Amino acid sequence: MRIDKTRWRALLATLAALALALGVVACGSSSDTTGSESSEESSSGSAIQSNPENGKVSLTIGSKNFPEQEILGEIYAQALTAAGYKVKSALNLGSETVALKAVKTGQISGYPEYASTALTSFFGLEPEEVPANADEAWEKANQEFEKEGLQAFEPTPFASANAVGTTTATAKKYGLKTVSDLEGVSEKLSLYGSPECRQRIDCLAGLEKLYGLKFKSFTPVDIGLRYTVLEKGQADLSILFTTDPQLSAEKDKFVILEDDKEVFPAGNVIFVTKQSVAEEAGPDYEKTILQVQEGLDLKVVQELDARVELEKETPKQAATAYLESAGYVK
Amino acid sequence: MTPSLPIASFTGAFEFIFTPQESNVTGGKKVGGFDKSLELVVKHLEVTVIALAIALIIALPLGLWLGHRGKGEQFAIGLGNAGRAIPELAVIALVAVLIGVGLHNVAPVLAILGVPPILNNAYVGVQQVDRSTVDAARGIGMGEMTIIRKVELPIAVPTVMGGIRSAAIAILATATIAPLAGVESLGDFILNRNVYGENGLLAGAILVALLALTIEGLLALLQRRLTSDGLKLKTV
Repeated sequence: MRIDKTRWRALLATLAALALALGVVACGSSSDTTGSESSEESSSGSAIQSNPENGKVSLTIGSKNFPEQEILGEIYAQALTAAGYKVKSALNLGSETVALKAVKTGQISGYPEYASTALTSFFGLEPEEVPANADEAWEKANQEFEKEGLQAFEPTPFASANAVGTTTATAKKYGLKTVSDLEGVSEKLSLYGSPECRQRIDCLAGLEKLYGLKFKSFTPVDIGLRYTVLEKGQADLSILFTTDPQLSAEKDKFVILEDDKEVFPAGNVIFVTKQSVAEEAGPDYEKTILQVQEGLDLKVVQELDARVELEKETPKQAATAYLESAGYVK
Repeated sequence: MTPSLPIASFTGAFEFIFTPQESNVTGGKKVGGFDKSLELVVKHLEVTVIALAIALIIALPLGLWLGHRGKGEQFAIGLGNAGRAIPELAVIALVAVLIGVGLHNVAPVLAILGVPPILNNAYVGVQQVDRSTVDAARGIGMGEMTIIRKVELPIAVPTVMGGIRSAAIAILATATIAPLAGVESLGDFILNRNVYGENGLLAGAILVALLALTIEGLLALLQRRLTSDGLKLKTV
């Protein structure tokens, strides 16, 4: 929904007045109300309102230890702070196994997880059993979580998935648009991916089994090198992520091949928390999280990833920029 | 189904080493087992031996020569100490950008780890050799190279070998990061917990530890063979 300028201005003014009345103007934000109208980009959100009731509740927001997760963790943490909660963050929890354990033991209140990861890694589903539909995947995961006294909030608009990527030059040379186009040429092409890709069914094992592809070679590399090996010309193909900032920032350089047989399940992000924590925190907990993630479509997430991975901003700065430009926080 | 947070067990790890196990993410294909373990042990040794060879070629002659001349202590010891502080992962990533990934990246980077102990010990070992012994050798007409080879090196064997042993163990242990730069090693089991599970991780660690003990033992044997009997009498 777009709000036209006059109404937007009125809304801002009202909110500012309200905030002042409550005496909780965010400290240090010196930008006056008229000035913040420069955020004419897709201002889809309305500002988060602080509820003094929430001040009694302490929350710890976690995330796994890579940029996209840290940005998400920061967004949720800052939004919940804006809603009046006392918030701490723990944004370097390693793998999903560690993060889930931290939720269960109460070390963190919750963290963002990809629905596909939750289903395959926690609940033993095969990648082909993961529903392509985001809501179905969430419901399925939530059913399982509920048995454990946990709860997952509704999914984000964006989804993240593995993808076979290559340079535009290679794609042109062999006429590659989809993964199926690799039939007949894959024997001549080298594939690079994370060490665990080799045996994962949602990676090399799936490409071999479900697409029937054979590659010239598979070389394991750190995921941080996934673009380096393409740029160096070492890899013909490399396993990338659909949310990679390079895909939007360097459109003329890298492309991903469409996964026409759905080997790579897409994961929308669901916020995983404990039922008891959600009850204690009150309705603003879920409301705030759902509210701020509304603006997170693929393009926005790629931009946020770009800020951190390419422009070297901190996840905190990127999250603040998102929350401010979308109008959730002033 | 319950979210499982399995904890590794030694029994589980040994089972993993000998028989292939189920995995959540492979679409039914089993992982691990004796053949795979053996394959990775061989690959792990391969990259270790190549890296150690590079380190030896660089550091041993340099250390012996500097020790013989009794010069460059600052250089030998300083470079040695600085070398220990280099973060291998960062160097691998840096070299990946410069020359790409693969054995030609990983082996030299691991060799950097081996250089400090070999250089230090070679320098110290040779420098400690009694000067009057060296003068005597010079007096009977030995050339400088012959002195190093026939007098100083044999006397310095225990110290020099100590450096090589440290280097070998450091390289062997760190070779677990090789899969991050395109070279398979036992690190595969350790880095890919999602594929191999907690037992696989522990199995990788156990295999690396056993391998380290074996190498250490073999090098200790070699050292005894190389040390002259006269020296043994003196030290025992």
